[in-house]
Amino acid sequence: MNTLTSRLSQASKHQLFWPVVVLVGLLAVNALYRPSFLGVEMKDGHLYGSLIDIVRLSAPLILVAVGMTLVIATGGIDLSVGSVASISGAIACLHISQQPDQNALSVVLVALALGIGLSLVAGTWNGMLVAGIGIQPIIATLILMVAGRGLAQLITSGQIITINSSPYRTIGVGYWLTLPVSIFIAIAVVALVSVVTRRTALGVIIEAVGGNAEASRLAGIRSRRIILLVYVICGVCAGLAGFMLTADVSSANGNAVGLWVELDAILAVVIGGTALSGGRFSLSGTVLGALIIQTLTTTVYAMNITPQTSLLFKALVVIAVCLIQAPAFRAKFTRRRPAAPLPPPQATASGQDQKVEVPA
Amino acid sequence: MVESQPVLTMTAISKSFPGVQALNDVGLRLFPGEVHGLMGENGAGKSTLIKVLTGVYSHDSGTIGLAGQTVRFGAPMQAIAAGISTVYQEVNLVPNLSVAENIFIGREPRIASLIDWRRMRRAARHLVERLELDVDVTAPLGSCSLAVQQMIAIARAIDIKAQVLVLDEPTSSLDTTEVEQLFRIMRQLRGEGIAILFVTHFLDQVYAIADRVTVLRNGRLVGEYMTSELPQLALVEKMIGKELEALESLEDQPKRALAAIEASTAVIEASSIGRKGSVAPFSLTIHQGEVVGLAGLLGSGRTEVARLLFGADRADSGQLTMQGNPAPIHNPVDAIDRGIAFCSENRRTEGLVGELSVRENIILALQATRGWTKPVPRRRQDELVAKYISALDIRPGDPEMPVRNLSGGNQQKVLLARWLITEPRLLILDEPTRGIDIGAKTEIQRLVMQLSDGGMAVLFISAELEEVLRLSHKIAVMRDRHLVAELANDDSVDAEHVMAAIASGASS
Ligand SMILES: Nc1ncnc2c1ncn2[C@@H]1O[C@H](COP(=O)(O)OP(=O)(O)OP(=O)(O)O)[C@@H](O)[C@H]1O
Ligand SMILES: [Mg+2]
Repeated sequence: MNTLTSRLSQASKHQLFWPVVVLVGLLAVNALYRPSFLGVEMKDGHLYGSLIDIVRLSAPLILVAVGMTLVIATGGIDLSVGSVASISGAIACLHISQQPDQNALSVVLVALALGIGLSLVAGTWNGMLVAGIGIQPIIATLILMVAGRGLAQLITSGQIITINSSPYRTIGVGYWLTLPVSIFIAIAVVALVSVVTRRTALGVIIEAVGGNAEASRLAGIRSRRIILLVYVICGVCAGLAGFMLTADVSSANGNAVGLWVELDAILAVVIGGTALSGGRFSLSGTVLGALIIQTLTTTVYAMNITPQTSLLFKALVVIAVCLIQAPAFRAKFTRRRPAAPLPPPQATASGQDQKVEVPA
Repeated sequence: MVESQPVLTMTAISKSFPGVQALNDVGLRLFPGEVHGLMGENGAGKSTLIKVLTGVYSHDSGTIGLAGQTVRFGAPMQAIAAGISTVYQEVNLVPNLSVAENIFIGREPRIASLIDWRRMRRAARHLVERLELDVDVTAPLGSCSLAVQQMIAIARAIDIKAQVLVLDEPTSSLDTTEVEQLFRIMRQLRGEGIAILFVTHFLDQVYAIADRVTVLRNGRLVGEYMTSELPQLALVEKMIGKELEALESLEDQPKRALAAIEASTAVIEASSIGRKGSVAPFSLTIHQGEVVGLAGLLGSGRTEVARLLFGADRADSGQLTMQGNPAPIHNPVDAIDRGIAFCSENRRTEGLVGELSVRENIILALQATRGWTKPVPRRRQDELVAKYISALDIRPGDPEMPVRNLSGGNQQKVLLARWLITEPRLLILDEPTRGIDIGAKTEIQRLVMQLSDGGMAVLFISAELEEVLRLSHKIAVMRDRHLVAELANDDSVDAEHVMAAIASGASS
């Protein structure tokens, strides 16, 4: 028992401890409410179940949030991710819808290239406004957040473009090796971004810029380039998410795709332990944060909480998560009650193994 | 001094951070109407003891008694309310608020419930005059030099009606004149019966003002002594725990020969470099292996000269020549590419990234020159970092410790290490020994000599004239943002000489 408590107290110092606890807690609540929740079954060589659904549905959010993490680490923020996702989804669907053979792989590849191209342009635009002109990130990206919706509407001519392309559909709902394709895409992107940031010096330089911009400048860091780069990465991530979101429903609705995803993404980043003020960032924390948010959304649906109260419910849980993570709040709590009740340690340990799907 | 009851007693205080026992069974007594020196090497635990007292940290064990009552503050505001006013080592004011707002933040004069701006500005002006400072109280604090900011923090602290005044290295970036101002006010407050706790690494300041000292070493209490009964050498031995021969050897080094140096190639030649509102155009040449000292009063433009040469500010007139070729420098990247390094005096805002580890901070400038795509191999990082941790005796020597957890003096060494590993041709040091203890200060001075003997050019800025005189081949004197004189530092030159040049601007 003694070693267990000491191990637990050590684990609780780990930066990802609280996000893991929250995620496990949420899953536990669901499992209690609906025992079949944890079940996973095999049908036609595909795995099905609520857990799989949660991971599949969080894939676009994970993509957006990973890009957002880097932006936030430099002390910035990108409000335009939802609009960028919508633009990229719209242009891809538009291109496909105009081709005679929507199922041709080449058509889909061109569509993807167009979407990525526009996302690059969008990211560069944001980066130039922030790093080049020096506009406050929140204002700079607000421009594209608003204008981008209009742009997406222009691309779709204000209509909902419906397509019938099975290669494109695969991005959203396809299966590979018994699992949804979108999961693999998310894993690949997270892995790529973590290799690029942690195997090069990019990660530490981003953290330096976000931690102390003036000191970084005087240390010879070309912060403008770095800031431009993170907005570009963020734009591309959002664009990829746009493909997933439109492929999921085989249609592009300029108004609805990625609506409010920036808020979920920012929440995911914060829950994952990256401070909004910039500096140290954690990609694995962000992935956990995104899973928490998606689980929360699923929970709200599963529990038949009325739409009127569901947002409120979500907000309450988010507040709770943020409070638990604040050391000052925990200190108050533990001082009053020396032996703070904690969830069962076994659940935590195994939960960690299951849930941290990407070693970032 | 009256042997009355102590106004403050700290007994058997212990405080540990993960992996570090910062304080171990430490005691401290403060009597009303005394100036009490708190002495110890970098990392001895002085600042921690102060932060425990004011409730920034909560101690693991021990008791604090204030005016006969046991207290334990949960936050610094409570300590202020109880009559303990503190200037912390790292100036922690708000740069974008005005000087007046900073002085009165949290206790603004009010009419009904609205802030009385006029009264606030008037009171601020009054206070600033009392310290004989020449600043506009409506200017944003961030526009003032570090020394002025330090004085503003002091002004704020003395204006709070307190029975205990705590000053953690208040003089680290001040010139002699400001130190004199401060001491005058401290004596006045002492006369009013206030107990003053004073931390400094300058021994002569301790002997000039403190009645009594408490010495800490490695988080433990060494003892409490009357200054009048403790010779300077004995104090040093108590602080470092061994005898000190190293210090002596530097003292009577011969003046450094200038002739040979002037014959060697010029590393950098500035001709009529200047920037409006910052420094008037000046010309200065620094040769290979030469140490040029920059002397001048507070606000005379010393730091601004350094910033222009490094491209931290952009020059709007003049040319720079390096190794005979024109070398326009528009930003720090240009400067670093040409082999210039600049160790800023303001380590917290312009130097270190607090969240990052010691290793990451040391490697930062080197990494920046390589670009992010070519990371310094981890093995090389570890070697370099280990080398400088031991060369500069950075403590604790854990490369993965976030740098903000280090004591002030050790942070300064980390900043120095960052630039030394870039092996610059010209090293600009702006107050490199600020907040550094006497042992380490000698080490750094020795290092500067070694580096220049090895051919590095050094521009050395320090408010301490003795230091400048000891190290420099040549002294450039600044006054009112003009470079007014260049003195060859030969046997005929001494502190008075330089002071005269600073005062009159006459070259000899
Ligand atoms: N927040 C913290 N977390 C971890 N360790 C800390 C923290 N603050 C201080 N320390 C450690 O406690 C020890 C004492 O530090 P402290 O700042 O009190 O030294 P100091 O005597 O004020 O030194 P200096 O003269 O350099 O200012 C050091 O080893 C330091 O690294
Ligand atoms: Mg200190």
